[in-house]
Amino acid sequence: MASTTSNIEARSLSKYYGSQTAIKDLSFSVTKGEVVGFLGPNGAGKTTTMRILAGLLPATSGEAYVAGHAVACDPSAAKRNIGYMPEQNPLPEDMRVAEYLRFRARLKEVPRREIRRRVGEAMELCDLHRKAARKIIGALSKGFRQRVGIADAILGHPDVTILDEPTIGLDPHQIILMRKLIDRLRERTTMILSSHILAEVEMSCDRVLILSHGRLVAEGTHTALRDEFIRNTRYRAEILGNESDVRAEIEAVSPDVQIVSRRTDPVDGFVTFEMETPARENLSEPLLARLHAAPSLRVRAFERVNPRLEDIFLAATQRSWEIEAGGEANGRPHPPPAKPR
Amino acid sequence: MKHLPTLFRHELRVLLVAPSTYVAGVLALFIMGFFYFYVVIETAVREQETPPSELFFGTFWIPVLLIVPMLTMRSIAEERRLGTLQTLMTTPVSAAEVVTSKFLAAYTFYIVLWACAGAYPLIAASVLGRETAGHVLLEPGPLLGGYAFVCLTGTLFVAVGIFSSSLTRSQLVAGMLSFSVIFLLIVGVLAVKAVGSNMEALPLLTDEGLGYIQIFEHFEDFTRGVIDTRPVVYYLSGTVLVLALSTLVVESRA
Repeated sequence: MASTTSNIEARSLSKYYGSQTAIKDLSFSVTKGEVVGFLGPNGAGKTTTMRILAGLLPATSGEAYVAGHAVACDPSAAKRNIGYMPEQNPLPEDMRVAEYLRFRARLKEVPRREIRRRVGEAMELCDLHRKAARKIIGALSKGFRQRVGIADAILGHPDVTILDEPTIGLDPHQIILMRKLIDRLRERTTMILSSHILAEVEMSCDRVLILSHGRLVAEGTHTALRDEFIRNTRYRAEILGNESDVRAEIEAVSPDVQIVSRRTDPVDGFVTFEMETPARENLSEPLLARLHAAPSLRVRAFERVNPRLEDIFLAATQRSWEIEAGGEANGRPHPPPAKPR
Repeated sequence: MKHLPTLFRHELRVLLVAPSTYVAGVLALFIMGFFYFYVVIETAVREQETPPSELFFGTFWIPVLLIVPMLTMRSIAEERRLGTLQTLMTTPVSAAEVVTSKFLAAYTFYIVLWACAGAYPLIAASVLGRETAGHVLLEPGPLLGGYAFVCLTGTLFVAVGIFSSSLTRSQLVAGMLSFSVIFLLIVGVLAVKAVGSNMEALPLLTDEGLGYIQIFEHFEDFTRGVIDTRPVVYYLSGTVLVLALSTLVVESRA
Protein backbone atom coordinates (compact mmCIF):
# COMPACT_ATOMS: atom_id res chain seq x y z
CA MET A 1 0.00 0.00 0.00
CA ALA A 2 1.15 3.51 -0.77
CA SER A 3 1.47 6.09 1.96
CA THR A 4 -1.52 8.46 2.20
CA THR A 5 0.60 11.57 2.64
CA SER A 6 2.94 10.83 -0.27
CA ASN A 7 2.03 11.66 -3.84
CA ILE A 8 5.06 9.82 -5.13
CA GLU A 9 6.62 6.82 -3.52
CA ALA A 10 9.45 4.66 -4.79
CA ARG A 11 10.35 1.49 -2.90
CA SER A 12 13.58 -0.30 -3.72
CA LEU A 13 13.35 0.51 -7.41
CA SER A 14 15.96 -1.16 -9.57
CA LYS A 15 16.41 -1.20 -13.30
CA TYR A 16 18.97 -3.24 -15.19
CA TYR A 17 19.75 -3.16 -18.91
CA GLY A 18 21.46 -6.51 -19.29
CA SER A 19 24.50 -6.33 -17.06
CA GLN A 20 24.27 -2.51 -16.85
CA THR A 21 22.70 -1.06 -13.71
CA ALA A 22 20.65 2.05 -14.39
CA ILE A 23 19.24 2.42 -10.87
CA LYS A 24 19.64 0.22 -7.84
CA ASP A 25 17.51 -0.04 -4.73
CA LEU A 26 16.16 3.48 -5.00
CA SER A 27 13.67 4.49 -2.32
CA PHE A 28 12.21 7.92 -1.73
CA SER A 29 8.88 9.66 -1.31
CA VAL A 30 7.53 13.07 -2.18
CA THR A 31 4.71 14.57 -0.14
CA LYS A 32 1.78 16.51 -1.56
CA GLY A 33 2.62 19.97 -2.82
CA GLU A 34 6.37 19.49 -2.58
CA VAL A 35 8.77 20.55 -5.35
CA VAL A 36 11.67 18.13 -5.46
CA GLY A 37 14.79 18.43 -7.56
CA PHE A 38 16.64 15.46 -9.02
CA LEU A 39 20.36 16.07 -9.26
CA GLY A 40 23.04 13.81 -10.57
CA PRO A 41 25.79 13.53 -13.15
CA ASN A 42 25.00 12.18 -16.62
CA GLY A 43 24.01 8.52 -16.43
CA ALA A 44 23.08 8.76 -12.75
CA GLY A 45 19.62 7.34 -13.41
CA LYS A 46 17.47 10.48 -13.18
CA THR A 47 15.66 10.00 -16.47
CA THR A 48 15.27 6.24 -15.90
CA THR A 49 13.62 6.94 -12.53
CA MET A 50 11.32 9.53 -14.07
CA ARG A 51 10.38 7.21 -16.93
CA ILE A 52 9.54 4.45 -14.45
CA LEU A 53 7.35 6.84 -12.44
CA ALA A 54 5.63 7.99 -15.67
CA GLY A 55 4.83 4.37 -16.57
CA LEU A 56 6.97 4.42 -19.71
CA LEU A 57 9.49 1.90 -18.48
CA PRO A 58 8.95 -1.14 -16.27
CA ALA A 59 11.25 -1.44 -13.28
CA THR A 60 13.22 -4.67 -12.96
CA SER A 61 12.24 -4.82 -9.30
CA GLY A 62 10.69 -2.60 -6.66
CA GLU A 63 7.45 -0.65 -6.49
CA ALA A 64 6.44 2.83 -7.60
CA TYR A 65 3.26 4.62 -6.56
CA VAL A 66 1.85 7.81 -8.06
CA ALA A 67 -1.06 9.42 -6.19
CA GLY A 68 -1.63 6.12 -4.41
CA HIS A 69 -1.78 4.03 -7.60
CA ALA A 70 0.81 1.36 -8.30
CA VAL A 71 2.41 2.29 -11.61
CA ALA A 72 3.06 -1.35 -12.58
CA CYS A 73 -0.36 -2.78 -11.60
CA ASP A 74 -2.60 0.11 -12.57
CA PRO A 75 -0.72 2.17 -15.15
CA SER A 76 -3.86 3.88 -16.52
CA ALA A 77 -4.86 5.23 -13.10
CA ALA A 78 -1.29 6.35 -12.44
CA LYS A 79 -1.09 8.06 -15.85
CA ARG A 80 -4.37 9.90 -15.20
CA ASN A 81 -2.68 11.52 -12.21
CA ILE A 82 0.60 12.39 -13.82
CA GLY A 83 1.83 15.10 -16.16
CA TYR A 84 5.18 14.31 -17.73
CA MET A 85 7.46 16.40 -19.88
CA PRO A 86 10.30 14.28 -21.30
CA GLU A 87 13.85 15.57 -21.60
CA GLN A 88 13.84 16.42 -25.31
CA ASN A 89 10.19 17.53 -25.10
CA PRO A 90 9.15 15.96 -28.40
CA LEU A 91 6.23 17.77 -30.03
CA PRO A 92 4.49 17.35 -33.39
CA GLU A 93 6.00 19.97 -35.67
CA ASP A 94 2.98 20.48 -37.89
CA MET A 95 0.26 21.23 -35.32
CA ARG A 96 -0.77 24.57 -33.89
CA VAL A 97 -0.25 25.09 -30.17
CA ALA A 98 -3.94 25.37 -29.22
CA GLU A 99 -4.89 22.48 -31.51
CA TYR A 100 -2.20 20.26 -29.97
CA LEU A 101 -3.25 21.11 -26.42
CA ARG A 102 -6.92 20.38 -27.23
CA PHE A 103 -5.88 16.99 -28.63
CA ARG A 104 -3.83 16.24 -25.54
CA ALA A 105 -6.69 17.35 -23.26
CA ARG A 106 -9.02 14.84 -24.95
CA LEU A 107 -6.44 12.07 -24.47
CA LYS A 108 -6.06 13.03 -20.83
CA GLU A 109 -9.79 12.56 -20.40
CA VAL A 110 -10.55 16.18 -19.59
CA PRO A 111 -14.38 16.45 -19.73
CA ARG A 112 -15.52 17.71 -23.14
CA ARG A 113 -17.12 20.86 -21.69
CA GLU A 114 -13.96 21.66 -19.76
CA ILE A 115 -11.48 21.34 -22.63
CA ARG A 116 -11.66 24.94 -23.88
CA ARG A 117 -11.32 26.37 -20.37
CA ARG A 118 -8.48 24.06 -19.34
CA VAL A 119 -6.51 24.70 -22.52
CA GLY A 120 -6.99 28.45 -22.09
CA GLU A 121 -5.95 28.23 -18.44
CA ALA A 122 -2.80 26.20 -19.22
CA MET A 123 -1.84 28.55 -22.05
CA GLU A 124 -2.35 31.59 -19.86
CA LEU A 125 -0.30 30.08 -17.06
CA CYS A 126 2.53 29.30 -19.46
CA ASP A 127 2.18 32.65 -21.23
CA LEU A 128 1.16 31.04 -24.51
CA HIS A 129 -2.23 32.72 -24.81
CA ARG A 130 -1.16 35.63 -26.98
CA LYS A 131 0.46 35.15 -30.39
CA ALA A 132 1.90 31.70 -29.70
CA ALA A 133 -1.51 30.00 -29.40
CA ARG A 134 -2.10 30.03 -33.14
CA LYS A 135 1.47 29.36 -34.18
CA ILE A 136 2.70 26.11 -35.71
CA ILE A 137 4.79 24.29 -33.08
CA GLY A 138 7.65 23.76 -35.54
CA ALA A 139 8.03 27.55 -35.83
CA LEU A 140 8.35 28.15 -32.08
CA SER A 141 11.58 29.00 -30.26
CA LYS A 142 13.06 26.54 -27.76
CA GLY A 143 11.66 28.53 -24.81
CA PHE A 144 8.12 28.49 -26.19
CA ARG A 145 8.39 24.78 -27.01
CA GLN A 146 9.34 24.12 -23.38
CA ARG A 147 6.29 26.10 -22.29
CA VAL A 148 4.08 24.04 -24.60
CA GLY A 149 5.54 20.92 -22.95
CA ILE A 150 4.76 22.24 -19.48
CA ALA A 151 1.26 23.40 -20.53
CA ASP A 152 0.65 19.86 -21.79
CA ALA A 153 1.96 18.37 -18.55
CA ILE A 154 -0.43 20.44 -16.38
CA LEU A 155 -3.50 20.24 -18.67
CA GLY A 156 -5.14 17.37 -16.85
CA HIS A 157 -4.68 19.01 -13.42
CA PRO A 158 -2.40 16.14 -12.41
CA ASP A 159 -1.51 15.42 -8.80
CA VAL A 160 2.07 14.88 -9.90
CA THR A 161 4.06 16.75 -12.54
CA ILE A 162 7.42 15.43 -13.70
CA LEU A 163 9.64 17.75 -15.70
CA ASP A 164 12.83 16.24 -17.08
CA GLU A 165 15.37 19.01 -17.65
CA PRO A 166 12.83 21.81 -18.19
CA THR A 167 15.54 24.47 -18.52
CA ILE A 168 17.88 22.62 -20.89
CA GLY A 169 18.88 24.71 -23.89
CA LEU A 170 17.23 27.90 -22.62
CA ASP A 171 18.93 31.28 -22.48
CA PRO A 172 19.21 33.07 -19.07
CA HIS A 173 16.13 35.21 -19.75
CA GLN A 174 14.05 32.13 -20.59
CA ILE A 175 15.43 30.33 -17.52
CA ILE A 176 14.13 33.16 -15.30
CA LEU A 177 10.71 32.90 -16.97
CA MET A 178 10.74 29.13 -16.50
CA ARG A 179 11.60 29.58 -12.81
CA LYS A 180 8.65 31.95 -12.41
CA LEU A 181 6.42 29.43 -14.14
CA ILE A 182 7.54 26.64 -11.79
CA ASP A 183 6.82 28.97 -8.85
CA ARG A 184 3.31 29.59 -10.18
CA LEU A 185 2.71 25.83 -10.40
CA ARG A 186 3.93 25.25 -6.87
CA GLU A 187 0.48 25.41 -5.27
CA ARG A 188 -1.23 23.25 -7.87
CA THR A 189 0.77 20.07 -8.07
CA THR A 190 3.52 17.95 -6.57
CA MET A 191 6.52 18.38 -8.78
CA ILE A 192 9.71 16.51 -9.56
CA LEU A 193 12.18 18.23 -11.83
CA SER A 194 15.65 17.35 -12.90
CA SER A 195 18.25 19.85 -13.97
CA HIS A 196 21.94 20.19 -14.57
CA ILE A 197 21.77 23.81 -13.48
CA LEU A 198 22.27 23.52 -9.75
CA ALA A 199 21.33 27.13 -9.04
CA GLU A 200 18.03 26.39 -10.73
CA VAL A 201 17.27 23.49 -8.42
CA GLU A 202 18.45 25.47 -5.42
CA MET A 203 16.02 28.27 -6.20
CA SER A 204 13.00 26.26 -7.34
CA CYS A 205 12.97 23.18 -5.13
CA ASP A 206 11.96 22.54 -1.54
CA ARG A 207 14.06 19.41 -1.37
CA VAL A 208 16.83 17.78 -3.36
CA LEU A 209 17.54 14.14 -4.23
CA ILE A 210 21.09 13.51 -5.40
CA LEU A 211 21.67 10.42 -7.51
CA SER A 212 24.97 8.92 -8.48
CA HIS A 213 25.58 5.66 -10.31
CA GLY A 214 21.92 4.76 -9.93
CA ARG A 215 21.89 5.16 -6.16
CA LEU A 216 20.38 7.83 -3.97
CA VAL A 217 23.43 9.35 -2.30
CA ALA A 218 21.82 12.30 -0.54
CA GLU A 219 18.34 13.57 0.20
CA GLY A 220 17.01 16.55 2.08
CA THR A 221 16.55 20.29 2.15
CA HIS A 222 19.40 22.55 1.16
CA THR A 223 20.16 23.33 4.82
CA ALA A 224 20.07 19.69 5.89
CA LEU A 225 22.36 18.65 3.05
CA ARG A 226 24.74 21.48 3.86
CA ASP A 227 24.89 20.32 7.47
CA GLU A 228 25.48 16.73 6.40
CA PHE A 229 28.08 17.24 3.69
CA ILE A 230 29.76 20.57 4.41
CA ARG A 231 31.22 20.40 7.90
CA ASN A 232 33.49 23.46 7.68
CA THR A 233 32.36 27.07 7.85
CA ARG A 234 34.07 29.37 5.41
CA TYR A 235 34.71 33.14 5.66
CA ARG A 236 36.06 35.51 3.05
CA ALA A 237 37.75 38.85 3.77
CA GLU A 238 39.50 41.49 1.66
CA ILE A 239 42.34 42.91 3.75
CA LEU A 240 45.35 45.16 3.16
CA GLY A 241 48.21 44.14 5.46
CA ASN A 242 50.62 41.36 6.36
CA GLU A 243 49.39 37.79 6.35
CA SER A 244 51.14 37.13 9.66
CA ASP A 245 49.13 39.95 11.28
CA VAL A 246 45.91 38.54 9.81
CA ARG A 247 46.77 35.07 11.11
CA ALA A 248 47.54 36.45 14.56
CA GLU A 249 44.22 38.28 14.73
CA ILE A 250 42.07 35.34 13.61
CA GLU A 251 43.90 32.92 15.90
CA ALA A 252 43.13 35.27 18.76
CA VAL A 253 39.41 34.76 18.00
CA SER A 254 39.65 31.03 17.51
CA PRO A 255 42.71 28.84 17.04
CA ASP A 256 40.70 26.55 14.73
CA VAL A 257 40.29 29.19 12.02
CA GLN A 258 42.78 28.54 9.22
CA ILE A 259 43.61 30.54 6.11
CA VAL A 260 43.01 28.17 3.20
CA SER A 261 43.58 30.45 0.22
CA ARG A 262 44.71 33.96 -0.68
CA ARG A 263 44.50 36.04 -3.86
CA THR A 264 46.11 39.48 -4.25
CA ASP A 265 44.42 42.23 -6.25
CA PRO A 266 47.23 43.52 -8.53
CA VAL A 267 45.71 47.02 -8.70
CA ASP A 268 45.46 48.03 -5.05
CA GLY A 269 47.28 45.24 -3.19
CA PHE A 270 44.26 44.05 -1.18
CA VAL A 271 44.36 40.32 -0.49
CA THR A 272 41.25 38.13 -0.54
CA PHE A 273 41.69 35.59 2.27
CA GLU A 274 39.52 32.51 2.54
CA MET A 275 39.33 31.08 6.05
CA GLU A 276 37.84 27.83 7.26
CA THR A 277 36.89 26.48 10.65
CA PRO A 278 35.23 23.25 11.74
CA ALA A 279 33.27 25.28 14.34
CA ARG A 280 29.51 25.45 13.53
CA GLU A 281 28.82 28.71 15.38
CA ASN A 282 28.91 31.95 13.44
CA LEU A 283 32.21 33.75 14.09
CA SER A 284 31.57 36.57 11.64
CA GLU A 285 31.08 39.29 14.24
CA PRO A 286 34.15 38.61 16.49
CA LEU A 287 36.36 38.00 13.47
CA LEU A 288 35.30 41.22 11.76
CA ALA A 289 35.58 43.23 14.98
CA ARG A 290 39.07 41.90 15.64
CA LEU A 291 40.35 42.44 12.10
CA HIS A 292 38.80 45.89 11.95
CA ALA A 293 40.37 46.94 15.27
CA ALA A 294 43.88 45.88 14.26
CA PRO A 295 45.84 49.10 13.43
CA SER A 296 48.09 47.36 10.87
CA LEU A 297 45.16 45.99 8.82
CA ARG A 298 42.56 47.65 6.58
CA VAL A 299 39.42 45.59 5.96
CA ARG A 300 37.14 46.55 3.08
CA ALA A 301 34.97 43.42 2.83
CA PHE A 302 34.00 40.48 5.00
CA GLU A 303 31.43 37.72 4.51
CA ARG A 304 30.47 34.27 5.66
CA VAL A 305 30.44 32.07 2.55
CA ASN A 306 27.32 29.93 2.28
CA PRO A 307 28.10 26.64 0.58
CA ARG A 308 26.43 26.37 -2.80
CA LEU A 309 24.43 23.37 -3.87
CA GLU A 310 27.29 22.72 -6.28
CA ASP A 311 29.63 22.08 -3.32
CA ILE A 312 27.08 19.78 -1.70
CA PHE A 313 26.55 17.98 -4.99
CA LEU A 314 30.28 17.48 -5.50
CA ALA A 315 30.75 16.29 -1.92
CA ALA A 316 27.83 13.86 -2.14
CA THR A 317 28.78 12.37 -5.51
CA GLN A 318 32.45 12.17 -4.53
CA ARG A 319 31.51 10.32 -1.37
CA SER A 320 29.46 7.83 -3.39
CA TRP A 321 32.39 7.26 -5.75
CA GLU A 322 34.69 6.69 -2.80
CA ILE A 323 32.23 4.22 -1.32
CA GLU A 324 31.94 2.42 -4.63
CA ALA A 325 35.71 2.33 -5.16
CA GLY A 326 36.19 1.11 -1.58
CA GLY A 327 33.50 -1.54 -2.04
CA GLU A 328 35.05 -2.83 -5.25
CA ALA A 329 38.54 -2.89 -3.72
CA ASN A 330 37.36 -4.83 -0.69
CA GLY A 331 34.93 -7.00 -2.60
CA ARG A 332 32.13 -5.68 -0.42
CA PRO A 333 28.97 -4.46 -2.16
CA HIS A 334 27.74 -2.09 0.58
CA PRO A 335 30.57 -0.60 2.63
CA PRO A 336 29.82 1.83 5.45
CA PRO A 337 29.57 5.48 4.39
CA ALA A 338 32.83 7.41 4.35
CA LYS A 339 33.24 10.37 6.67
CA PRO A 340 31.91 13.55 5.09
CA ARG A 341 34.33 16.34 4.56
CA MET B 1 -10.92 1.81 -26.61
CA LYS B 2 -12.53 5.10 -25.54
CA HIS B 3 -9.64 7.15 -26.92
CA LEU B 4 -9.92 5.54 -30.35
CA PRO B 5 -12.12 8.23 -32.00
CA THR B 6 -9.75 11.01 -30.83
CA LEU B 7 -6.67 9.11 -31.97
CA PHE B 8 -8.32 8.12 -35.26
CA ARG B 9 -9.20 11.76 -36.08
CA HIS B 10 -5.65 12.78 -35.20
CA GLU B 11 -4.16 10.06 -37.40
CA LEU B 12 -6.37 11.02 -40.34
CA ARG B 13 -5.14 14.58 -39.94
CA VAL B 14 -1.52 13.43 -39.77
CA LEU B 15 -2.01 11.46 -43.01
CA LEU B 16 -3.72 14.45 -44.65
CA VAL B 17 -0.75 16.74 -43.99
CA ALA B 18 1.92 14.17 -44.90
CA PRO B 19 3.43 14.60 -48.37
CA SER B 20 3.94 10.83 -48.70
CA THR B 21 0.14 10.36 -48.65
CA TYR B 22 -0.30 12.55 -51.71
CA VAL B 23 2.68 11.04 -53.51
CA ALA B 24 1.23 7.59 -52.85
CA GLY B 25 -2.23 8.73 -53.98
CA VAL B 26 -1.10 10.39 -57.21
CA LEU B 27 1.28 7.58 -58.19
CA ALA B 28 -1.24 4.86 -57.37
CA LEU B 29 -4.06 6.57 -59.26
CA PHE B 30 -1.75 7.21 -62.21
CA ILE B 31 -0.68 3.56 -62.34
CA MET B 32 -4.23 2.30 -61.85
CA GLY B 33 -5.40 4.70 -64.58
CA PHE B 34 -2.71 3.44 -66.91
CA PHE B 35 -3.69 -0.19 -66.30
CA TYR B 36 -7.37 0.57 -66.78
CA PHE B 37 -6.63 2.37 -70.04
CA TYR B 38 -4.60 -0.65 -71.21
CA VAL B 39 -7.42 -3.02 -70.19
CA VAL B 40 -10.02 -0.95 -72.11
CA ILE B 41 -7.79 -0.87 -75.22
CA GLU B 42 -7.19 -4.64 -75.00
CA THR B 43 -10.93 -5.29 -74.61
CA ALA B 44 -11.67 -3.07 -77.60
CA VAL B 45 -8.97 -4.56 -79.87
CA ARG B 46 -9.57 -8.26 -79.30
CA GLU B 47 -12.39 -10.20 -77.79
CA GLN B 48 -11.75 -11.14 -74.16
CA GLU B 49 -13.25 -13.97 -72.17
CA THR B 50 -12.46 -12.15 -68.95
CA PRO B 51 -14.48 -9.02 -68.10
CA PRO B 52 -12.43 -5.76 -68.07
CA SER B 53 -13.03 -5.24 -64.35
CA GLU B 54 -11.50 -8.61 -63.57
CA LEU B 55 -8.52 -7.85 -65.80
CA PHE B 56 -8.09 -4.51 -64.04
CA PHE B 57 -8.31 -5.91 -60.51
CA GLY B 58 -5.86 -8.65 -61.57
CA THR B 59 -3.16 -5.99 -61.42
CA PHE B 60 -4.11 -5.07 -57.82
CA TRP B 61 -0.73 -6.09 -56.43
CA ILE B 62 1.20 -3.37 -58.25
CA PRO B 63 -0.67 -0.40 -56.71
CA VAL B 64 -0.79 -2.28 -53.37
CA LEU B 65 3.00 -2.57 -53.31
CA LEU B 66 3.18 1.17 -53.87
CA ILE B 67 0.31 2.46 -51.72
CA VAL B 68 0.68 0.43 -48.53
CA PRO B 69 4.35 1.12 -47.73
CA MET B 70 3.92 4.84 -48.47
CA LEU B 71 0.80 5.15 -46.33
CA THR B 72 2.11 3.18 -43.38
CA MET B 73 5.89 3.66 -43.24
CA ARG B 74 5.58 6.98 -41.39
CA SER B 75 2.95 5.93 -38.87
CA ILE B 76 4.90 4.54 -35.90
CA ALA B 77 8.51 4.85 -37.13
CA GLU B 78 8.32 8.64 -37.39
CA GLU B 79 6.62 8.99 -34.01
CA ARG B 80 9.32 6.87 -32.47
CA ARG B 81 12.09 8.88 -34.17
CA LEU B 82 10.62 12.19 -32.99
CA GLY B 83 9.83 10.84 -29.51
CA THR B 84 6.13 11.75 -29.75
CA LEU B 85 5.22 8.09 -29.26
CA GLN B 86 6.73 8.34 -25.78
CA THR B 87 4.68 11.47 -25.05
CA LEU B 88 1.57 9.70 -26.30
CA MET B 89 2.21 6.75 -24.00
CA THR B 90 2.36 9.01 -20.93
CA THR B 91 -1.41 9.61 -21.32
CA PRO B 92 -3.97 6.96 -20.33
CA VAL B 93 -4.16 5.62 -23.91
CA SER B 94 -3.19 2.00 -24.49
CA ALA B 95 -0.75 0.67 -27.09
CA ALA B 96 -3.66 -1.24 -28.69
CA GLU B 97 -5.57 2.02 -29.18
CA VAL B 98 -2.53 3.69 -30.72
CA VAL B 99 -1.92 0.80 -33.15
CA THR B 100 -5.61 0.40 -34.04
CA SER B 101 -6.04 4.12 -34.73
CA LYS B 102 -3.03 4.13 -37.04
CA PHE B 103 -4.30 1.02 -38.80
CA LEU B 104 -7.81 2.43 -39.27
CA ALA B 105 -6.54 5.75 -40.60
CA ALA B 106 -4.19 4.12 -43.11
CA TYR B 107 -6.87 1.62 -44.12
CA THR B 108 -9.38 4.44 -44.65
CA PHE B 109 -6.98 6.16 -47.04
CA TYR B 110 -6.28 2.87 -48.77
CA ILE B 111 -10.00 2.36 -49.38
CA VAL B 112 -10.46 6.00 -50.47
CA LEU B 113 -7.74 5.53 -53.11
CA TRP B 114 -9.39 2.38 -54.46
CA ALA B 115 -12.76 4.14 -54.38
CA CYS B 116 -11.25 6.92 -56.51
CA ALA B 117 -10.20 4.24 -59.02
CA GLY B 118 -13.89 3.36 -59.24
CA ALA B 119 -14.28 6.50 -61.31
CA TYR B 120 -12.34 4.91 -64.21
CA PRO B 121 -15.10 2.54 -65.39
CA LEU B 122 -17.66 5.33 -65.00
CA ILE B 123 -15.54 7.76 -67.05
CA ALA B 124 -14.77 5.11 -69.68
CA ALA B 125 -18.44 4.13 -69.94
CA SER B 126 -19.58 7.74 -70.30
CA VAL B 127 -16.92 8.49 -72.96
CA LEU B 128 -17.48 5.29 -74.95
CA GLY B 129 -21.24 5.38 -74.56
CA ARG B 130 -23.27 3.54 -71.96
CA GLU B 131 -25.19 1.53 -74.54
CA THR B 132 -22.21 0.22 -76.49
CA ALA B 133 -19.63 -0.33 -73.71
CA GLY B 134 -21.45 0.35 -70.47
CA HIS B 135 -22.77 -3.16 -69.93
CA VAL B 136 -19.26 -4.62 -70.29
CA LEU B 137 -17.37 -1.99 -68.34
CA LEU B 138 -19.91 -1.67 -65.53
CA GLU B 139 -20.74 -5.37 -65.14
CA PRO B 140 -21.58 -5.42 -61.42
CA GLY B 141 -20.44 -8.97 -60.51
CA PRO B 142 -16.68 -8.70 -61.18
CA LEU B 143 -16.68 -5.06 -60.09
CA LEU B 144 -18.20 -5.74 -56.68
CA GLY B 145 -16.20 -8.96 -56.27
CA GLY B 146 -13.00 -7.06 -57.11
CA TYR B 147 -13.77 -4.35 -54.59
CA ALA B 148 -14.69 -6.89 -51.89
CA PHE B 149 -11.35 -8.63 -52.53
CA VAL B 150 -9.38 -5.37 -52.38
CA CYS B 151 -11.13 -4.32 -49.14
CA LEU B 152 -10.52 -7.69 -47.50
CA THR B 153 -6.88 -8.16 -48.53
CA GLY B 154 -6.21 -4.51 -47.69
CA THR B 155 -6.72 -5.21 -43.99
CA LEU B 156 -3.81 -7.65 -43.93
CA PHE B 157 -1.54 -5.55 -46.15
CA VAL B 158 -2.10 -2.36 -44.14
CA ALA B 159 -1.61 -4.29 -40.88
CA VAL B 160 1.73 -5.60 -42.23
CA GLY B 161 2.70 -2.01 -43.07
CA ILE B 162 1.87 -0.83 -39.55
CA PHE B 163 3.80 -3.75 -38.05
CA SER B 164 6.86 -2.95 -40.18
CA SER B 165 6.66 0.67 -39.06
CA SER B 166 6.53 -0.41 -35.41
CA LEU B 167 9.84 -2.27 -35.71
CA THR B 168 12.11 0.63 -36.63
CA ARG B 169 12.74 4.37 -36.30
CA SER B 170 13.53 4.72 -39.99
CA GLN B 171 10.70 5.37 -42.45
CA LEU B 172 12.83 4.03 -45.27
CA VAL B 173 13.51 0.73 -43.49
CA ALA B 174 9.82 0.45 -42.56
CA GLY B 175 8.77 1.07 -46.17
CA MET B 176 11.25 -1.48 -47.56
CA LEU B 177 10.25 -4.03 -44.95
CA SER B 178 6.53 -3.76 -45.64
CA PHE B 179 7.18 -3.83 -49.41
CA SER B 180 9.20 -7.05 -49.01
CA VAL B 181 6.69 -8.79 -46.73
CA ILE B 182 3.71 -7.89 -48.92
CA PHE B 183 5.67 -8.96 -52.01
CA LEU B 184 6.38 -12.31 -50.35
CA LEU B 185 2.73 -12.70 -49.36
CA ILE B 186 1.48 -12.01 -52.89
CA VAL B 187 4.20 -13.28 -55.20
CA GLY B 188 6.29 -15.46 -52.87
CA VAL B 189 3.51 -17.94 -52.20
CA LEU B 190 2.84 -18.16 -55.94
CA ALA B 191 6.52 -18.88 -56.56
CA VAL B 192 6.70 -21.50 -53.81
CA LYS B 193 3.62 -23.17 -55.22
CA ALA B 194 5.15 -23.23 -58.67
CA VAL B 195 8.38 -24.91 -57.54
CA GLY B 196 7.29 -26.47 -54.28
CA SER B 197 6.07 -29.92 -55.34
CA ASN B 198 9.04 -31.55 -53.59
CA MET B 199 8.48 -29.71 -50.29
CA GLU B 200 5.38 -31.54 -49.21
CA ALA B 201 7.01 -32.72 -46.02
CA LEU B 202 5.92 -29.45 -44.42
CA PRO B 203 2.14 -29.36 -43.87
CA LEU B 204 1.72 -25.72 -44.96
CA LEU B 205 3.64 -26.33 -48.17
CA THR B 206 1.23 -28.91 -49.55
CA ASP B 207 -0.89 -27.82 -52.50
CA GLU B 208 -3.89 -27.45 -50.22
CA GLY B 209 -1.96 -25.45 -47.65
CA LEU B 210 -0.47 -23.14 -50.23
CA GLY B 211 -3.87 -22.76 -51.87
CA TYR B 212 -5.27 -21.54 -48.58
CA ILE B 213 -2.83 -18.61 -48.48
CA GLN B 214 -2.56 -18.12 -52.25
CA ILE B 215 -3.87 -14.60 -52.79
CA PHE B 216 -4.35 -14.92 -56.58
CA GLU B 217 -6.63 -17.92 -56.05
CA HIS B 218 -8.72 -15.88 -53.64
CA PHE B 219 -8.89 -13.14 -56.24
CA GLU B 220 -10.26 -15.49 -58.89
CA ASP B 221 -12.91 -16.77 -56.47
CA PHE B 222 -14.01 -13.28 -55.50
CA THR B 223 -14.30 -11.96 -59.08
CA ARG B 224 -16.35 -15.03 -60.01
CA GLY B 225 -18.67 -14.27 -57.14
CA VAL B 226 -17.52 -17.20 -54.99
CA ILE B 227 -17.08 -15.85 -51.48
CA ASP B 228 -15.62 -18.59 -49.34
CA THR B 229 -15.31 -18.04 -45.58
CA ARG B 230 -11.77 -19.49 -45.49
CA PRO B 231 -10.02 -16.51 -47.12
CA VAL B 232 -12.15 -14.16 -44.98
CA VAL B 233 -10.93 -15.97 -41.85
CA TYR B 234 -7.36 -16.00 -43.20
CA TYR B 235 -7.19 -12.25 -43.85
CA LEU B 236 -9.06 -11.12 -40.76
CA SER B 237 -7.24 -13.44 -38.34
CA GLY B 238 -3.94 -12.51 -40.00
CA THR B 239 -4.78 -8.83 -39.55
CA VAL B 240 -5.64 -9.28 -35.88
CA LEU B 241 -2.46 -11.31 -35.29
CA VAL B 242 -0.20 -8.75 -37.00
CA LEU B 243 -1.87 -5.85 -35.16
CA ALA B 244 -1.48 -7.70 -31.85
CA LEU B 245 2.23 -8.15 -32.58
CA SER B 246 2.51 -4.44 -33.39
CA THR B 247 0.83 -3.64 -30.06
CA LEU B 248 3.36 -5.78 -28.22
CA VAL B 249 6.22 -4.04 -30.01
CA VAL B 250 4.84 -0.57 -29.18
CA GLU B 251 4.24 -1.57 -25.55
CA SER B 252 7.73 -2.93 -25.10
CA ARG B 253 9.63 -0.22 -26.98
CA ALA B 254 7.75 3.03 -26.30
